[in-house]
Amino acid sequence: MRTTLLLEIAADAGCDRIAIGGLANGLTGAMLRDRAKTVASWVQGQGEAQQLAFIGLNGETVPLLLFAAGYAGIPFVPINYRLPDADLNRLVARTSPSVLVIDDDMIPRLDAVAGVTVIPRSQLENEIATGPVPEDFVEGEGEIAVLLFTSGTTGEPKAAVLRHENLTSYVMGTTEFLGCDEDEAALVSVPPYHIAGISAILTSIYSGRRIVYLPAFTPESWAEMAAAERISQAMVVPTMLDRILDILEQKDEHLPALRALSYGGGRMPEPVIARALKALPHVDFVNAYGLTETSSTIALLGADDHRIAIASDDPEIRQRLCSVGKPLPTIELEIRDEQGQCVPAGTSGEIHVRGDQVSGEYLGKQGLCAQGWFATNDAGWLDRDGYLYVEGRLDDVIVRGGENISPGEIEDVLRTHPGVADVAVLGLPDDQWGEKIAAVIVARDGAADAANLSDYVRSRLRSTKTPECWHFRDELPYNETGKLLRRVLKSELSEPATIG
Amino acid sequence: MMELKPGSRWKSAVCSSEMVVVRPPKASGVLECGGAPVRAQDSTDAPSGEPDAAHSSGVLIGKRYVDDDSGIEVLGAKPGKGSLSFDGRPLRLKEAKPLPASD
Repeated sequence: MRTTLLLEIAADAGCDRIAIGGLANGLTGAMLRDRAKTVASWVQGQGEAQQLAFIGLNGETVPLLLFAAGYAGIPFVPINYRLPDADLNRLVARTSPSVLVIDDDMIPRLDAVAGVTVIPRSQLENEIATGPVPEDFVEGEGEIAVLLFTSGTTGEPKAAVLRHENLTSYVMGTTEFLGCDEDEAALVSVPPYHIAGISAILTSIYSGRRIVYLPAFTPESWAEMAAAERISQAMVVPTMLDRILDILEQKDEHLPALRALSYGGGRMPEPVIARALKALPHVDFVNAYGLTETSSTIALLGADDHRIAIASDDPEIRQRLCSVGKPLPTIELEIRDEQGQCVPAGTSGEIHVRGDQVSGEYLGKQGLCAQGWFATNDAGWLDRDGYLYVEGRLDDVIVRGGENISPGEIEDVLRTHPGVADVAVLGLPDDQWGEKIAAVIVARDGAADAANLSDYVRSRLRSTKTPECWHFRDELPYNETGKLLRRVLKSELSEPATIG
Repeated sequence: MMELKPGSRWKSAVCSSEMVVVRPPKASGVLECGGAPVRAQDSTDAPSGEPDAAHSSGVLIGKRYVDDDSGIEVLGAKPGKGSLSFDGRPLRLKEAKPLPASD
């Protein structure tokens, strides 16, 4: 089954509903379908393009290109515009031969790359998409719907493969076709290169929920848009939620149209969700856990679970606010130890998952085992009632404000500093960002100080990758095979840092 | 022969119902609506006649219908008066507990 089918049946049945954009000037499903076909036909005429790439801010171009790529039978490849220019250009080169749609003001950042046809976003929206709908259009048959570059732990980002089959299984398994009321609308502020940005398009189109885009997130613009567009549903990462609550409080805004807020993409600090439940009592809160490789959500903590947990004096029940709820009925989930054996309830291990929505695939590399299971590389445990607790990445990727940060990359930079003899970078729990970055330094002849090292990293990586706390040690803990014992460091570093 | 592939779209010959095959049957057979074989979505024939009284409990939009014997599963894409059957066996409504939106 193809993602374009979801749009086709929704466009045919949901006729007058606005699918994308504002109530005043949005597109219906049928208009989106026609434009996507027009763009697809144009792409098919661009020689050998094998991918349809996009670099830019969130907006109506994203669903247009997602479906256009589906109709053209080639993958949609949204790329993170926040990457440094060199990294951005390396990813662009990997899409060749391709058509790349890019925000007009970002064009100067591109190097010329053979095989990449660059189209300014304004030209796509104003000329190409509004052309006549091709009468004899023939849909392509490529099986890959989306490629998402994941911020891997080492080396170049991997291209996660999401097939039409994975995405449509997810949508049809979790969403009711046109199950939304006509006045429902989702505010999408997660970036287009994030799996939640892709799944939000598909589930909204299929369920008949209007999509409204926030081009770039600020808590002020989020709150204004949510009120003005009478938003009923939104997905936010934990960091966003805390800042949104500040603004709502300041403005005494209660968002009466809002029915549900889902959150995911990192550890939600308990004080933040407790505050949210109190500030917005009419809103259903949903905690969702999922990965790029699983086509989004695989476990959910629903609204009733939130309400029961917050009202409970039983620590075991109350603790569920920190869980990601129960696995979806459409997937299988197991916790296994290092030998691959399932562990009993209450025991931590690696989360494994299986189901039609689970891709587990990267370009050129199949990530599923022979029995179809995907090892998530996330550590977690199930309680005796089946609630899942996620502890973090097995390989210590730091998830700060929904952004995956590789400790190795920061360590590599620090190792080039003349005052650094050895270094370990790791994430520590943080109430605002989920995790904060800590660096443990073994200094060479005492020649490095925190302020100096901080500037050094910031000038070479972006500020979100600069460690927030610094510790100095005589040596780092290693095991007998030379592997750094990050967990030992992590538990030792529960005390406040020398510099915040 | 009726190729009931996943994602294939069909419409009733006797009412306004339209449907999508979500899961194919294990063995080939005939999908019917209102007691009459369904037509491919791109058929230009207009529906005519009335649903058979024994197959007139209706197709609802967004609901899933299954035949446990063959495994076929069908999604109602447009509503109509006729109800679905496979080789004469009525499909049953598949109860699904809706999940909260999470994207």
